[in-house]
Amino acid sequence: MEDQKLPCVLIDCIGEKHGVYEDHAEVLKEHFCLITMKEYNENKTILGKKIRAIYMWYHKPVINEELLQSLPNLKIVASSGVGIDHLDLNLLSRYGVKVSNTPFIVSTDTADLGMALMLASSRRLVEGYQMAVSPDTEYFPANWLGAEVSGATLGIVGMGTIGYKVAERAKAFEMKILYHNRKQRNKEEENAVGAIYCKKIDDLLQQSDFVMLAVNLTPQTHKLIGKRELQLMKPTATLINISRGLVVDQDDLVEALQNKVIKAAALDVTYPEPLPRDHPLLKMENVLITPHIGSATKKTRLLTMENMTESIQAALTNRPIPYEVLL
Amino acid sequence: MSEHELPGLLILDIGGTYGVQENIVPLLKKHFCLITMKEFLENKKEMSKKIQSVFVSECRPTVDQELLESLPNLKVIGNSGVGVDHLNLKMISNYGVKVTNTPHAVADSTADIGMALMLASARRLVEGSQIAISPHTKYFAVDWLGVEVSRATLGIIGMGRIGYKVAQRARAFDMKILYHNRKQRRKEEEQAVGAHYCEKMEDLLQQSDFVMLVVNLTPETHKMIGKKELGLMKPTATLINIGRGALIDQEALVEALQNNVIRAAALDVTYPEPLPRDHPLLKLNNIIITPHIGTATVQAVQMMAEEAIANMLAVLNGQPIPSEVFPK
Repeated sequence: MEDQKLPCVLIDCIGEKHGVYEDHAEVLKEHFCLITMKEYNENKTILGKKIRAIYMWYHKPVINEELLQSLPNLKIVASSGVGIDHLDLNLLSRYGVKVSNTPFIVSTDTADLGMALMLASSRRLVEGYQMAVSPDTEYFPANWLGAEVSGATLGIVGMGTIGYKVAERAKAFEMKILYHNRKQRNKEEENAVGAIYCKKIDDLLQQSDFVMLAVNLTPQTHKLIGKRELQLMKPTATLINISRGLVVDQDDLVEALQNKVIKAAALDVTYPEPLPRDHPLLKMENVLITPHIGSATKKTRLLTMENMTESIQAALTNRPIPYEVLL
Repeated sequence: MSEHELPGLLILDIGGTYGVQENIVPLLKKHFCLITMKEFLENKKEMSKKIQSVFVSECRPTVDQELLESLPNLKVIGNSGVGVDHLNLKMISNYGVKVTNTPHAVADSTADIGMALMLASARRLVEGSQIAISPHTKYFAVDWLGVEVSRATLGIIGMGRIGYKVAQRARAFDMKILYHNRKQRRKEEEQAVGAHYCEKMEDLLQQSDFVMLVVNLTPETHKMIGKKELGLMKPTATLINIGRGALIDQEALVEALQNNVIRAAALDVTYPEPLPRDHPLLKLNNIIITPHIGTATVQAVQMMAEEAIANMLAVLNGQPIPSEVFPK
């Protein structure tokens, strides 16, 4: 069978709620012999030796030590998206397995969503929509107001690829841009977007009308925003999170919102996702939550699949891996 | 100057559903003797001579012939906002009364709402927020997708002050920008935002992923987007309206959305506002409607009052008028 000449790649499943998209699977099958977890579990002894790569689509299949022990020829785990906080990099390294992500392809859409959340929250878009379509609406009141985004101060926490793209967009709205980052960017980069470096995050928090989190999740950024940081923010400020739920202490956030320590929050990410249905954040009027859709566009998902294919092919032919994640 | 020596300014009311915002009242009182409709109607004889100006906000008070007849010393109608399609300019002019609007104060906030609607529609933000909080949600589906804004093509119909600010914002998203306008803009202005002029609106409609209406409502622009225009748009395109509801043939829009002739629409304006509660537009799932909030920010309300006051005072003091509106 010609199939046998193509390298074998393990995936979770095709279609269904978490699986590889059917149209993507058609393309992948041109390069790889795809083996689903179901097929693998039914024939571990034979298939285990054949699998040389794992195509991890939105955190599935879940990788543990037991799986790694049964895949002696596994060379690479290709993970979709930029975040790799769901992977045990040390474990994979011990088994000599390389890891790749898709760092750049998701940046633009994620920056766009950050801007969408900031505008929607500030202008009360969802509330306004509900008023416009509600069966009880008889008139639109004149004293129903939001707050201006143009000309306001945006503080970006994490000025990587995504943070910088947010700054580029915010500049066109004539926003004053502050940023906090492990390292200061060079002068040309700062001047191009008019961004001012805040070495201390406190300075950024105290001056911003909008605080946008665009860091990755690491032990250092875990619960970066807690009670202390929220209290430093203006009572008229909005917190926007497009990074990871765990960058924010959620209990502290609930308390801050309930006590009007800050004005509002707009979150594309929470911990967990979805939140339990009785979580206080779901009931708050001044909270906008979206279901982790930072990179959820057709084009970007297609390019993500192509990036992952490239990385797998490079690993299996011993070439440098374009988007390798190094420890 | 005592309050009563200040020129009289007629307003509908202070606060309430349609009245002027409370926080601009001190600013108005600094330059005018404020007279509400209620006070005027209770004491027409005395009040009618005092009123030299009318401040129209949210289209109120209604300026009809009866009102104009009863205000012998009226010199100016200062409109808060840029659209004046609710005013009968010819009739008002016949009484020797000038009309002014506030084109500068509205520009940023209206351009922002245009961008907000485009992003919210493309990324399915309203739907997404409903899924995120719905009691029935057990997981977030991985194949739930929107469309890209960055690098897509935006066609701006009406490249005035607001349309140009939309172009400035869209450029930062690497969008390809086409525009249609009565007059082509100067080369430097086009180059500054990377905008390409489409003399024929049809060309813009056929090439755009997002079509944004940013024109004012006149007899020429009434129902400018109808069945033909919607048919020219891409089936993957989104129509955004931050102009006036009557720019669009709403029945044609309903049909186009129901039959997927276009992908979606996002409207800050409709005709009427609000729509009747049984209107078909309210039942569609590929539409976002907002309650005419283009200038609904604390800052814009303040700036509109300031701009209206400056215009009205210029008229009363016989100085050059910054933003006078003339009948055609």
